[in-house]
Amino acid sequence: MVTEVRSAGGTGSEGGVRAPNIEAPESRHESWGRFPRVNHAGVIRLTSLADLPDLGTIEGDILPFGYGRSYGDSCLNDGGVLLDATGLNRLIEFDDELGVLRCEAGVMLADILKVIMPRGWFLPTTPGTKYVSVGGAIANDVHGKNHHVAGTFGANVTRFELLRSDGSRLVCSPSENAEMFSATIGGLGLTGLILWADFRLRAISGPYIQMEQIPFGSLDEFFDVSADSDKHYEYTMSWVDCLAVGHHLGRGLFMRGNHSWQCAIPGKDWRPKERFTVPFSLPSFALNNLTVRAFNAVNYRSQYLMTKRGTVPYDGFFYPLDVVSHWNRIYCSDGFLQYQCVVPFVADRSAIKDLFSTISSSGQGSFLAVLKTFGNRQSPGLLSFPRPGVTLALDFAHRGERTLELLNRLDEIVVAAGGAVYPAKDARMSGDVFRHSFPRWEEFLQYRDVRFSSSFWRRVTDAAA
Amino acid sequence: MKILILGATSTIAHETAKCFAADSAELFLVGRDAPRLRALASDLTARGAKRVEVIAADLAQIDGHPALVSHAVESLGGIDAALVAHGTLGDQAASQADVQETLRQFTTNATSYISLLTLIANHMEERRTGCIAVISSVAGERGRGSNYVYGAAKSAVTQFASGLRARMAKCGIAVVTIKPGVVDTPMTSGIKKGPLTAKAEKVGRRIYVAMLKGEDVVYTPWFWGPIMLVIRTIPEGIFKKTKL
Repeated sequence: MVTEVRSAGGTGSEGGVRAPNIEAPESRHESWGRFPRVNHAGVIRLTSLADLPDLGTIEGDILPFGYGRSYGDSCLNDGGVLLDATGLNRLIEFDDELGVLRCEAGVMLADILKVIMPRGWFLPTTPGTKYVSVGGAIANDVHGKNHHVAGTFGANVTRFELLRSDGSRLVCSPSENAEMFSATIGGLGLTGLILWADFRLRAISGPYIQMEQIPFGSLDEFFDVSADSDKHYEYTMSWVDCLAVGHHLGRGLFMRGNHSWQCAIPGKDWRPKERFTVPFSLPSFALNNLTVRAFNAVNYRSQYLMTKRGTVPYDGFFYPLDVVSHWNRIYCSDGFLQYQCVVPFVADRSAIKDLFSTISSSGQGSFLAVLKTFGNRQSPGLLSFPRPGVTLALDFAHRGERTLELLNRLDEIVVAAGGAVYPAKDARMSGDVFRHSFPRWEEFLQYRDVRFSSSFWRRVTDAAA
Repeated sequence: MKILILGATSTIAHETAKCFAADSAELFLVGRDAPRLRALASDLTARGAKRVEVIAADLAQIDGHPALVSHAVESLGGIDAALVAHGTLGDQAASQADVQETLRQFTTNATSYISLLTLIANHMEERRTGCIAVISSVAGERGRGSNYVYGAAKSAVTQFASGLRARMAKCGIAVVTIKPGVVDTPMTSGIKKGPLTAKAEKVGRRIYVAMLKGEDVVYTPWFWGPIMLVIRTIPEGIFKKTKL
């Protein structure tokens, strides 16, 4: 059973509770894929752990919101209220002997890196963008290129505090409120508002990655390189040309790396580059089948002949797209659809091959296709997406029914293979696909805070209720 | 950073160690002289090293190498970078007179390097990042009448390191061959110093930079590169008549 804890476990925040001040949403209160577009009733800005609103008095459904990097509607709450947690942006305690950080849930990973990198620490795992909040990283139980070694972000969280709509505050860890701990990791923000969290860091020598880029010609080759790489490299992932057909099917580039040993290299600046921005949405013809095909062919051929090695600054290795602010605007104003699935390892690799041949024969270009193996390290999360197998991430310009039909066909292959589709990147999966992907969803219901909901949650559960 | 330094009491190695100490590195030092190692440990700790471990050992005792390298690996928790810097200049006349002395010189300056480099490389291979720096010499480029026992040993080190570099490049580990000219240190006290003699501090720092960058072959000071290019191209018929 859940025990109620009113003190904030060493955070020193014994604040009062106030009636919430509801403001109008801003343009940034949208999802990264910019689809779907919804109307929020309002936004409550959280500014301090010492000054938290009384969630019980809010009318309508509520949902925590960070930096809006979920692609679909899991961070949206149509007709409801968002709790904007970006004001909860303070570090609370950094133990740089043991490598444990405690911070408020709205702190951005980019902000944490600035503090911990110079002191010899790195994030336990990081998604492909550093512009996400710690709360979001837990709620989506995000993963990174080192999943086969470190597991998910949630697998490295040791403790956090949750504020529920009844006013209770629960400190959760594997030994306190353990069920609520598991439900909140990967719980899509539906179990309450995460206030702060403790998580383990990884010791490093310096800011560089020793990396290698290896071209592979087929999916079978990918699996061979992958099996070999997962033994020696902490970070692995690959980029795949989705439009290649026939004997080119599944060709791509494998990227692998380890933290490099140097603390600094004379003449090699590692500080993240200035960001440039895509100032407005590009017209819909900017990204079509031909441009994607040309990009992929050039990208593949230019690197085809040799394996590249080098020592590179961490920022470009982990966050290649972060250099471009609002890169989502390269897709026209209709937005785009992300799709990420995982299918279990099976000897004949048929599901992953079916996925590729379905995409490639549909002729709908995916600008980025990312392939990676997930390892065996189990996350505590009840609704955690990563599980042992192969994960494929794609993004498609939203071209209406045609795109949706393609994604439905991909769902069928994934469900038949016993896999899962990733909620953080989804705007369209059916309730049926969700329930197959997350068989423990019914168990989750008892931990959900009844006042918390999202557009995603209503979409995938309403038909079942 | 976890750095193993063999021949740590040498003046050049000490200068390189100071640079790593300033970066708060963890150091494991091997040398023959225990009191000097202890003084070195205090010096490097005071200069910022996070941790300094020392062990006194005679690196000419090749049988002891496997245990020594394992000890360093365990103590540091893995080696990020190693500098192999021990050696003696030897006495050419004594070596000529006594074949046992020649072989002893060869053991210290060549065979022990080959043994240590192999052991270190085999440990580092699995880590897929790191650096092995080895101090060879411009003397290894050509056999000179005045110093060919030392030259032949350094030549073996240079060629061995070249092959090792090709092997280790595949797993992201740099092998750096350092070729100093005459450096003002106790080892060269018997040699007349001239305008080409380098300061140990400069050479030590150059080794540190080359290790961080993962360079291949480094002449230090730099002008030894063009000088040795000329020396290598002199025909043997003329070279044998020189007094070099």
